[in-house]
Amino acid sequence: MCTVCGCGEADHNTHDTPHDHTLHDYGQGPAGAHAPGLTQARMVRIEQDILGKNNQYAAANRRWFAQRGILALNLVSSPGSGKTTLLTRTITALKGKYSLAVIEGDQQTANDAERIRATGVRALQINTGKGCHLDAHMVGHGLQTLEPENDAVLFIENVGNLVCPAAFDLGEAHKVAILSVTEGEDKPIKYPDMFHAADLLLLNKVDLLPYLQFDTDKCIDYARRVNPAIKVIRLSATSGEGMHDWYRWIAAARGRVPVNNLENHHVSGNSGKS
Amino acid sequence: MHELSLCESVMQILEDNARLQGFNRVKALWLEIGELSCVEADALRFSFEVVSRGTLAEGATLEIISVPGLAWCLPCGKHVAVKQRFDACPVCGNFPLQVSGGDEMKIKELEVD
Repeated sequence: MCTVCGCGEADHNTHDTPHDHTLHDYGQGPAGAHAPGLTQARMVRIEQDILGKNNQYAAANRRWFAQRGILALNLVSSPGSGKTTLLTRTITALKGKYSLAVIEGDQQTANDAERIRATGVRALQINTGKGCHLDAHMVGHGLQTLEPENDAVLFIENVGNLVCPAAFDLGEAHKVAILSVTEGEDKPIKYPDMFHAADLLLLNKVDLLPYLQFDTDKCIDYARRVNPAIKVIRLSATSGEGMHDWYRWIAAARGRVPVNNLENHHVSGNSGKS
Repeated sequence: MHELSLCESVMQILEDNARLQGFNRVKALWLEIGELSCVEADALRFSFEVVSRGTLAEGATLEIISVPGLAWCLPCGKHVAVKQRFDACPVCGNFPLQVSGGDEMKIKELEVD
């Protein structure tokens, strides 16, 4: 588009051509192209974020969590990083301590939600069908069905995909990226958006390190290149190594969540800002 | 293929604006896409063509304005241009850099009837 007058001609050069300013001759050049108002076409400036709608839903979810003192964690990884195993072990360890709830996102099947329910914790499966990620709208609806308790810890296990879930805020407090040492150590720079968006990196399956050529320090260095602030915990959901560091991280994150606002409103009118 | 979902969001924004601002057809739209956003321009064009079929934006020209990536180098403190999130600082060659621009995805302007 011409940026001088807003006409649709991309390559006309009228404005670059030196011309005599003492002569107002409008007879040259492409007739009609410079006459806004003669056609009904008009320009509308909107300046809207493409993800604006998702972000609005995410903000609503975030308010919903804050009012109930819920800590929501969005777990993201490639397929096969051991996310569900990590989650079942975490739930088994923490279910006596906190109220827990899980949203499972997969393209198809309810297998993961069934694995979670077997631990006795509330779980809801969201099948995205053709979609490659959960979005804030799906999660918002999911919450109405799942009804996590006040002050709960909600794990949202996103679709196994290191690309798309990076862009879609669900209203979570933190994105947690899980990378297993059986994958490439350069994944953080191959999929930089995801590691940029995550606050915590869980390096899973470290019990297998003796059998692999995985350079842990290099992997962490790559992750810090795309995200200088990312925290890293090395653990194994199978052997249990490092799991307590993860539980401590959850406890600390939970400590930063405003305490159950709905009750506070009734009791003291506290706005609950932390 | 999250470009498909992004185009669905674009269509929603167009339809909302058509109602609010009283237009029936979108002839062209300008999107501002940061070089560091997770969007592939070709995939976006392809998806837009698919998603806009049979809508108020069918056949509309999609112009993509690329916004350069900017970052702040933590070691040397300079603001520098970057092509990728994991680039080293072009001035001092070090890491890490804090991305400060070029990750936006915006609809800027429309030409409508």
